[in-house]
Amino acid sequence: MTHSPATGTGPEFTPDVLRDHLDSHLHPAARAWLRQALDEATANSGSGWELRVAEAGRRCGSRHADAARVLILYAAHADPATLARLYHQGSAAERRAVLCALPHLVPGPDAIPLVEDALRTNDTRLLAAALGPYAARHLDAHSWRHAVLKCLFTGVPVDAVAGLAARGRGDAELARMLADYAAERTAADRPVPADLYRVLDLAAEDFEADHPHGKES
Amino acid sequence: MRLFDPHIHMTSRTTDDYEAMRAAGIRAVVEPSFWLGQPRTSPASFLDYFDSLLGWEPFRAAQHDIAHHCTLALNPKEANDPRCVPVLDELPRYLVKDQVVAVGEIGYDSMTSAEDTALAAQLQLAADHGLPALVHTPHRDKLAGLRRTLDAVRESALPMDRVLVDHLNETTVKEAKDSGCWLGFSVYPVTKMDERRMVAILRAYGPEKVLVNSAADWGRSDPLKTRRVADLMLAEGFTEDDVDRVLWRNPVAFYGLSGRLDLEVTPPEATHEGNSLLRGGE
Repeated sequence: MTHSPATGTGPEFTPDVLRDHLDSHLHPAARAWLRQALDEATANSGSGWELRVAEAGRRCGSRHADAARVLILYAAHADPATLARLYHQGSAAERRAVLCALPHLVPGPDAIPLVEDALRTNDTRLLAAALGPYAARHLDAHSWRHAVLKCLFTGVPVDAVAGLAARGRGDAELARMLADYAAERTAADRPVPADLYRVLDLAAEDFEADHPHGKES
Repeated sequence: MRLFDPHIHMTSRTTDDYEAMRAAGIRAVVEPSFWLGQPRTSPASFLDYFDSLLGWEPFRAAQHDIAHHCTLALNPKEANDPRCVPVLDELPRYLVKDQVVAVGEIGYDSMTSAEDTALAAQLQLAADHGLPALVHTPHRDKLAGLRRTLDAVRESALPMDRVLVDHLNETTVKEAKDSGCWLGFSVYPVTKMDERRMVAILRAYGPEKVLVNSAADWGRSDPLKTRRVADLMLAEGFTEDDVDRVLWRNPVAFYGLSGRLDLEVTPPEATHEGNSLLRGGE
């Protein structure tokens, strides 16, 4: 996966990076619309700006919709209650934007129910968005392991999982789950996803020597 | 051949259908909200359904390289159940969504006063949200239903040329065409229209503002009917341009009135290749 600020992906993107990217890629009408939407969101008086999150796709084009929506959420400094409302009232695309904005807007674990909701879906775009740095920081160990396994089940590349190395290394329970899944696939004469071995190598590192009971967080 | 099915209920269809549709040339669909066979008993049931039409179903369609949009409304049949009517209060927040390209299906089922009220309210919602409307015409007492439908549109804030009147047939096409609305025909295996009668209507009335759909759902229906009409049009001497007009350009023009039609499909796997802000950065 390319973590290019120019495409608005990757952990290094910041409001400034996103804004520069959109400024140089949006056509003039969309740029003017976004500027006004950001002003409205920054003022954050009433809930009018929330409509801008909904309509960002058709104003900026589907290619830039995620970045525009996230930027609007940043501009409004949306709090966890607002983010939850926007998520629950949002289309799949709007929900994705809320998930992407979490690491920047919510310092604590308050928004974890949104991540858990997205992880219950089978929509790979929501799954990938749910497994950003916010989940890496706050998702409990059991849910996180199941999310990694779900990526392998549904074909989400594990590169989409933020903090994979840091959280997965030496996780004996994750290693066991992955090995069981590989065995199940092999017994069924089905291919084992290539990503599985990558994560398994990571999870199996050192755990026997250093963590006899597995890593719990 | 590029085909657009402007009225199909994919929620009720299988992945085999999606595969066959794409293989037949269907690249875009519009899924109107409707009743599900089993009556709903609360607005919450509608909201989950609307969310599905804005979330899961476009995701399924994208896996088969088909663009999916929807139309949202309280359907005529359930407009008669007072337990369902409060969903009208929730519609405004849904009608702003990018994927919503019309208000629909609205219209008449049994032509009751409750249906009058819901139809008028939702024509107004369409006008308020810059959306066209997809209007269903009733199965029973069809010509009277068409006339009452056209009257309701004339009394509304929505211009006739932003209305698609659907499920037309030989008995209703002329008055509908004279009104200036867009003309929808549903081609079914046993009821509504069939391919041969559809081609005869195209010959008699021309392709202008005509949309052909399968209206495939959970009943006896065929999601490839748009392709079958296209094939018969060619066999009966219509040009490829005629086919493209009826089965692609006309639906694109009608739903394009919303300003929200986006026919570029992003396959789910492409979202991992850097063109989407997927993984949640900081």
